Amino acid sequence: MNNRLDVLYRIGGYICGFALLFAIWHIAAVYFVRSILFPPPGRVILKAIELLQDGTLQEQVAVSLRRIMTGFAGGAAIGIPLGLAIGSFRPVRYLLEPFTEFFRFIPATAMITVAVIWFGIGEGSKIFLIIYTTVFIVTLNTAAGVGAISPNKIRAARSMGASTRQLFLYVALPATAPHILTGMRLAMGNSFVTIVAAELIAANAGLGKMIWDARLYMLVDQIFVALLTLGLLGFTADRLFRWGIYAFAGRFSPTA
Amino acid sequence: MPLIELSDVGKTYRSMRGASYQALKDFNLQIEPGEFLCLLGTSGCGKTTVLNMVAGFEKHTEGRITVHDRPLSGPAADRGVVFQGDDSLYPWLSALGNIEFGLRMAGIPRKERHERAHYYLELVGLKGQGHKHPAELSGGMKQRIQIARVLANEPEILLMDEPFGALDAQTRSVMQKELLSIWAATRKTVLFITHDIDEAVTLATRIGVMHAGPASKLKATIDVDLTTEQRDRTNDGYVTVYRQVHALLRDEVAIAMKRASS
Ligand SMILES: Nc1ncnc2c1ncn2[C@@H]1O[C@H](COP(=O)(O)OP(=O)(O)OP(=O)(O)O)[C@@H](O)[C@H]1O
Ligand SMILES: [Mg+2]
Repeated sequence: MNNRLDVLYRIGGYICGFALLFAIWHIAAVYFVRSILFPPPGRVILKAIELLQDGTLQEQVAVSLRRIMTGFAGGAAIGIPLGLAIGSFRPVRYLLEPFTEFFRFIPATAMITVAVIWFGIGEGSKIFLIIYTTVFIVTLNTAAGVGAISPNKIRAARSMGASTRQLFLYVALPATAPHILTGMRLAMGNSFVTIVAAELIAANAGLGKMIWDARLYMLVDQIFVALLTLGLLGFTADRLFRWGIYAFAGRFSPTA
Repeated sequence: MPLIELSDVGKTYRSMRGASYQALKDFNLQIEPGEFLCLLGTSGCGKTTVLNMVAGFEKHTEGRITVHDRPLSGPAADRGVVFQGDDSLYPWLSALGNIEFGLRMAGIPRKERHERAHYYLELVGLKGQGHKHPAELSGGMKQRIQIARVLANEPEILLMDEPFGALDAQTRSVMQKELLSIWAATRKTVLFITHDIDEAVTLATRIGVMHAGPASKLKATIDVDLTTEQRDRTNDGYVTVYRQVHALLRDEVAIAMKRASS
């Protein structure tokens, strides 16, 4: 089938794309820059293997991922119902719009200092920041999704006898799902930015902390391992979401 | 006793900026059980407004609308609606899932639901296509799913707003024939909106022609006593009815044009 061919093409494209990236990196490092401050991919991968063998890399990744996942889940759990309420009920929208529209312009990175003062240097401040960065995007996208439901979908359900609860569960929610997932996907990207920034500035563990520590001792290879790991994690998370949007919203979703 | 009754119904739309537009005034119409009533009128005269009020989507601002002698309170499962576009289908459900929707809301057990949905899927000529999603269906197929979805819910009244308006001539003619045979089998009461005289003469037992807006009302109704065989463009009876409707409509088109240009 055409579909399978498409998947093959895509995977092939990804492999070639990554190979090209590593090739350019290698050539740039070995033939042009030739500095200890810009290690070629081979050395970074060797370093990564070393860090994997002694377990430090997994440890730092686990710390950062746990923070992202907890905060992200919390943020989505708040943002989705909030967005549904804002999108469905006009008074709620007028009441809450000032909040979303106000905090939207205060980036999470600007909140790091406040978060550390309030919640300390440990998990509390990180999870707060991830929740913060997730909530508003998810809320806004969910609300916009509710607003985009065509009135005839709701009218049709009504004249087929749907109650208000059924209307919400079987029409509003699935119709909004692609928008919710898109919001979550954007929020996931933000979460990566925020966690690294937060861990760079104030943390006792995590990938950001790993970069910061490596900088102190000029362990350039280790910095690059952290960067590479971030890229790979982000890429994987994003693919998973794209796939989720596609699987859930299927052939009809304009965002998939 | 009429099944649907609109007495001196008026509808004034008010915009957010305070402007108001009186779409209907003193609109009177009675629809008997089992009737197939086609409502005709110039564009913008208020046909959709009438249908939306009977469906319970819009509230009338004057007069009285009753079904079974009871005043309306919003949409309900006794009045199924086929919309003009296909944006009322649920793209996350399969064709079958769409057809089953109302039955699922009513809490009908899965097995019975499936049987009924399959029956109506076959009735609209889409046997074996039930697993497809709306995005995989053509415009005509989607319109049939809409019709099957409404029929599966077994409403007493069918409200159809230019359901075949977006279809090509051939598909439209096929759909009209299918609708007629479904109607002959189920004897539902139908309120059907169109601006195509041929469609009205092909389908209706009675045709209502509306005045041009604003403050539109019913101009006249014409009984259509034609057999299935007579419903053919070459038939004398058909031509007579066509001419009558055409004459009623022609003046209104002229009025509407003049109002639009002044
Ligand atoms: N929600 C609304 N707010 C304000 N005016 C409206 C609204 N809906 C319809 N109207 C006006 O009421 C009049 C009748 O509209 P309606 O949609 O009922 O016409 P129609 O006969 O169905 O036309 P068409 O054949 O083009 O579909 C139009 O002049 C239209 O501008
Ligand atoms: Mg209309």
